[in-house]
Amino acid sequence: MYALLSSIPYWGQTLLRLLGGAVAVLLPAGTIVYLFLFKMMSFMQSRLGPMEAGPYGSMQLFAEVGKWLQKEDLLPERADSFVFKIAPLIVLSSTFLLVAVVPFGPDAWFTNFEAGVFYALAVSSVSVLGILMAGWSSANKYSLLGGLRAAGQLIAYELPMILAVVGVVIQAGSMNLQNIVVAQNAGSIFGWNGLGNPYLLTQFVGFVVFMIAVQAELTQTPFDMPIAESELVSGYMTEYSGFRFLMFFIGEFATAGVFAFIASVLFLGGWGVPFSWFGWSGINDVDSWMNVGGPLIMLTKMLGLVFIIMWVRFSYPRFREDQLQRFAWKVLIPVSLVNIMATSVLKVAF
Amino acid sequence: MTMIGDRQQLAYIASQAADARVNVELETEGMTLNIGPQHPATHGTLRIIARLDGEQVLWAEPSCGYMHRGYEKLTEVRTFPQVTALVNRIDWLGSFANEVPFILAAEQLMEIEAPPRAQWIRTILFELSRIANVSLFLGDLGVQLGAITPVFFAFRDREYVLNLIEGATGGRFHPNFDRIGGLKDDLPAGWIDETRAVMKKMRKFCDEIENLLFGNEIFESRTRGIGVIPRDVALQYGMSGANLRASGVDWDLRRDQSLPMAWDKVDWKVWTHLDGDSYARCWVRLQETRESTYIVERLLDTLPSGPVMTKVPRIIKVPEGEAWVSTENPLGEMGYYVVSKGDLGPFRVKIRSASFNNISIVPWLLKGVYVPDIITILASLYFILGDIDR
Repeated sequence: MYALLSSIPYWGQTLLRLLGGAVAVLLPAGTIVYLFLFKMMSFMQSRLGPMEAGPYGSMQLFAEVGKWLQKEDLLPERADSFVFKIAPLIVLSSTFLLVAVVPFGPDAWFTNFEAGVFYALAVSSVSVLGILMAGWSSANKYSLLGGLRAAGQLIAYELPMILAVVGVVIQAGSMNLQNIVVAQNAGSIFGWNGLGNPYLLTQFVGFVVFMIAVQAELTQTPFDMPIAESELVSGYMTEYSGFRFLMFFIGEFATAGVFAFIASVLFLGGWGVPFSWFGWSGINDVDSWMNVGGPLIMLTKMLGLVFIIMWVRFSYPRFREDQLQRFAWKVLIPVSLVNIMATSVLKVAF
Repeated sequence: MTMIGDRQQLAYIASQAADARVNVELETEGMTLNIGPQHPATHGTLRIIARLDGEQVLWAEPSCGYMHRGYEKLTEVRTFPQVTALVNRIDWLGSFANEVPFILAAEQLMEIEAPPRAQWIRTILFELSRIANVSLFLGDLGVQLGAITPVFFAFRDREYVLNLIEGATGGRFHPNFDRIGGLKDDLPAGWIDETRAVMKKMRKFCDEIENLLFGNEIFESRTRGIGVIPRDVALQYGMSGANLRASGVDWDLRRDQSLPMAWDKVDWKVWTHLDGDSYARCWVRLQETRESTYIVERLLDTLPSGPVMTKVPRIIKVPEGEAWVSTENPLGEMGYYVVSKGDLGPFRVKIRSASFNNISIVPWLLKGVYVPDIITILASLYFILGDIDR
């Protein structure tokens, strides 16, 4: 597969990668919106959800997008028009940057560089900038409050997220996401390699902290104070309409998908199946059909993780901003520090 | 020497002035936030003007009247039987309960009393409207705190109660069923069995809400200790209903007052809570909803037979006089002061609605809380805009 890819000229490869990136962001976003936001939420709330557009409402998403595209692009009179217009693009571009390091198969990756984890954690905070810009430039008091809340919250939750990942990095001995996948699938639990060694088992604390931080990073309930439709109307999104709102909307769910991809790479073994099943010993033995199977496995794991995110979202009330900060600094950060310490000690011991 | 001293003094003054300038520049002025009149948390068109420092409220003032419909004046140009159609719309979620005190006041002036069966059915419908009203509150509470699921459960299960009200009266929201001297009709066939089944469903709904919301740590941390109303403050501000009982005042007009209604004919309990915070208010309402289902069941057990209408003249003229009747409505004490000059319609009606008095505590209560707590407190005080503005 990789040989095939390298026979294509460079511009062709770039084009393919861009296309792949768009698919990797938009396809999960659409799936999540339809499966979870439209259907699962409705079933949890004892209703059917959209049923009219297409069989079983499956075309509803296209109907919604069509509706948003037709809407007027409103700009508040006092808004800072340049910043206002560019903010959703920044939020969305953060998602696209994030997906660039996620490996989907032995050769199916966009970029494969050593500091992958570092890069992912760095670009994920770019979206804060977009949200803050949106909140500030809207010239709306609710938006301002929402934007500032978002900034405070995302900065507070960046730290536990990084610390939770450090445990994985220590255990894998690499910051390269591809190597982390291989380390999990080629690994063994006390000599038994039937399951590989998914870090979900050894880094369970890190996984829980990571998922909580992701929940906060995505501003999903119980951490959705920046949006808080019952108090701040819709926070930083209040003044947006039409296509720009659509970008925020896609950004929200696409980021949920991409973070679930990253979580599945870090904790659930990513695209791989335990290598012992097929007698592979390393990345070089992996058959090339995994380049097709890998993305499907990733999609399954992603949907499983997003299901948890959405489940919590639909059943929990919202924290208050100060309670959230207290939770981040007094619970999550100490817990993840203890986790790092335990991991390092065990790493040295074994 | 003196030159240096002067220069030092000038330098000192200049540095002081510079400091003062910096302080003035750094001093942030508060932000005035208009919550409403179009805001999802205000259930309609209440406006709260809040002066904020960061997210903390320095000062808040509710501004009502955006939905004033002039019912007190409108009653003066209606005949007595027509007034029930108006007062239905005061607290639109518990409509039947609004009709009862007015009809009782008119009956008091005419010195007649509804037959026992009518009293029983009145009480049953009164409690059903309480269940319909408060169950929506329990769902809406979740939405205000960010949990979207309970409200759909509330809408689903409230529908059963509304169907019952519709089955008996013909109107889901605005029954207009109460008449001076009794009721418009008797209960339809099969209604009693249906009601018993629905009361079981509503108890299940209460359990569901209790599990989903009241057992949730986030819900508790958002409501416990938030918006505490001490007992004496609650009394001073003239609060009533569950808001008062949550502050530890054991006061329920259904029990403490003798009216020609059936509450005193069955056993039931008045729930109170000592904390006076938002959690207590919500908890008391939950328990009252459950208690109401028991009241309805026990009243159905003892439902007497007989007519539902006493003999009244075809054209009702209420004799001259004044009457004040208030009942324990879903939102609190609701009363009508009716003045009659012996005409077809009332000369003057003063409506005392519960929500108007209940939100008068808002400026006192909101001082120093955070913005999200405004929403918690407003939700837990539970007002309905029609009930504030009339």
